[in-house]
Amino acid sequence: MKIAIASGKGGTGKTTLSVNLASLLAQKNSVFLVDLDVEEPNAKLFLAGELLSEEPKYKMIPKWSEESCTFCQKCVEVCNYHALLGIANEILVFPNLCHSCYACSELCPTQSLPMFAQKMGTARHYVMPDMELIEGELDLGEEQAVSLISQTKTYVDKLLLKDTIAIYDCPPGTSCPVIEAVKDVDFVILVTEPTPFGLNDLKLAVETMRVLKKPFGVVVNRYDAQDDRVFAYCESENIEILAKIPNDKALAVLYSKGALIYHSSKSVKCELEKISCFLKSLTCKERA
Amino acid sequence: MKIAFTTKGREWQSEMEPRFGRTDYILIYDEDKDTLIIFDNCEAKSHEHGAGPTVAKILIENGVNVLITGNGPGGNAIEVLKKSSIEVYSGAIEMSVKEAYDKYKNKKLPRF
Amino acid sequence: MKEIVVISGKGGTGKTSMVASFACLAKKDAVLADCDVDAADLHLLLESDFSFEEDFYSGELAFIDKSICRNCGRCAKVCRFDAIDFCELKYTVDEISCEGCGYCARVCIPNAITMNKRNVGKWYISTIKTGAQMVHAKLGIGAENSGKLVAKVKSEAKKIAQRNNLKYVIIDGSPGIGCPVVSSLSGANFVVLVTEPTQSGLHDLKRVYGVVEKFNLKAGCIINKCDINDIVAEEIEFFLREKKIEHIGSLPHSPSFTQAMIEGLSVVEYTDIELKKAVCLCWDKIEKIINKKECVE
Repeated sequence: MKIAIASGKGGTGKTTLSVNLASLLAQKNSVFLVDLDVEEPNAKLFLAGELLSEEPKYKMIPKWSEESCTFCQKCVEVCNYHALLGIANEILVFPNLCHSCYACSELCPTQSLPMFAQKMGTARHYVMPDMELIEGELDLGEEQAVSLISQTKTYVDKLLLKDTIAIYDCPPGTSCPVIEAVKDVDFVILVTEPTPFGLNDLKLAVETMRVLKKPFGVVVNRYDAQDDRVFAYCESENIEILAKIPNDKALAVLYSKGALIYHSSKSVKCELEKISCFLKSLTCKERA
Repeated sequence: MKIAFTTKGREWQSEMEPRFGRTDYILIYDEDKDTLIIFDNCEAKSHEHGAGPTVAKILIENGVNVLITGNGPGGNAIEVLKKSSIEVYSGAIEMSVKEAYDKYKNKKLPRF
Repeated sequence: MKEIVVISGKGGTGKTSMVASFACLAKKDAVLADCDVDAADLHLLLESDFSFEEDFYSGELAFIDKSICRNCGRCAKVCRFDAIDFCELKYTVDEISCEGCGYCARVCIPNAITMNKRNVGKWYISTIKTGAQMVHAKLGIGAENSGKLVAKVKSEAKKIAQRNNLKYVIIDGSPGIGCPVVSSLSGANFVVLVTEPTQSGLHDLKRVYGVVEKFNLKAGCIINKCDINDIVAEEIEFFLREKKIEHIGSLPHSPSFTQAMIEGLSVVEYTDIELKKAVCLCWDKIEKIINKKECVE
């Protein structure tokens, strides 16, 4: 089973929920935590483990071969991303602008732009005492997060067994990286907080999940009784609230140290168990 | 010497534009002929990506020797500029084109 | 006119709350620009009235005219993004997957495919509660945040500032370290980094400062929730000294941030006098720094 943990904005506690839930589930299940926030992968900061393997990840980019080029500039004309430039009888390629569409390479009349692999990031596989962590990290200056997310997922797919639970810690927002991250999961947990910002961003995330036709539920982080608009919204939209993680400075302190919070907080543990039960009921339904 | 400026307007009195690829105008001053050529950069400006290299190409194709700009060109534009011997000076922010030129002449602008 | 960009790398550090406070302190001297187009929240604290709105187009999207299509399937074969589906015996474009490269249109023999401008969202001009103007936007679902919408928001805000001869453009910057944040930084006179003393806060501060450094921009830092971890707070201060980043100020972990937000207020309009004082000091310091001559040269 694959579960995505996502939110409309950053800083709502996606990573906190991901690592704590993964750790709790790992007490009884085989768990893979997958950090798909490839611009800022942070999950490993909370877990101690050993690096098992590290693989460079590549994207395909064209490389100009001078010998056969007639300098017709067809390649420059067909590139919608301005990733190629013809100057003084030379074709320059800008790898960070290239989307690997292959148009320049395959439409070149003299095959002077063969595609080559270029490193754009790294996938790392860590082994923890109780679970495994796989993360993708984009190289600084690279912009094609979607491709690295997709490759990281492929890496995970090869290792997943039937009963393994994979938790995807997603990038924030509602743009293409998130869509790629949640595309093939069975369920999405949207994390929000009971504030006007939280509500506004939750609405965007809900809209996105509905467009993608993904089943989802909500976890309210930093819950206290002060602002009930998030709850009213969920009720009116018929959205299930899976858990409420309390708002507590002591938890913020634990988080700042990079510690797991459910070990020291009974109420957090209890809320995580609610999510765990809910996920179990999902699997049962699936089997039935 | 041909000296290029990234600017917000079309004259010596116009303010310098700190950005390179998405500059509004490029002014090229030909010191030998004492002429000022104006390029409206609306095309490159509208690119989603890759505006910098396009502007760099304009500079090279017009035989520019020196570029004076604000923040400095990005990585891709630098790759293009490297194909020429254009000297790049940055830091010309919040001043007119004329002031930037004087600063350059007095060697007060940092080489990028 | 001076451009101040507030960024954080990591979400939830209080960046938008700081921007809203600065907006209230700068009053009519500033134009606001919310460049966090992915999750735009600044308008919630500033009573923005959305008085002007316009669609925004960026990039392209393939469209197959089924009356011309001969079902040869060349388009689907060349598409590297898996964006052309074959269903009910017809080829159609999956708008979420299409990246607008235009390869399909170039190989289509009967020219059944056209590339259209892609609507990626909307942008707005609002009058806010201080009477100042604010430019903001909303990115559509699944749209690529290329930085172009960010650039649009910024350039419209700058136009307003220039037209009215205003002192500041205050920009709520984009998250992350990708194209949008680069777009929100370009042209900045001063960058305010908002961080928190947590492992991920420090980690992301270092990553985003890498981008700031590349552009050679002058930066200062506000440490929010400074009292939740003294050790990490010290590590941050050490990093700031090492990089010669101005330490603008530190703010305590306070429920007033959330409280003010719930009431639709910025921190400086809220009843917590101590916090208000601390935020005012930060703004004073920022004003001093950017109005000093050597910062410009």
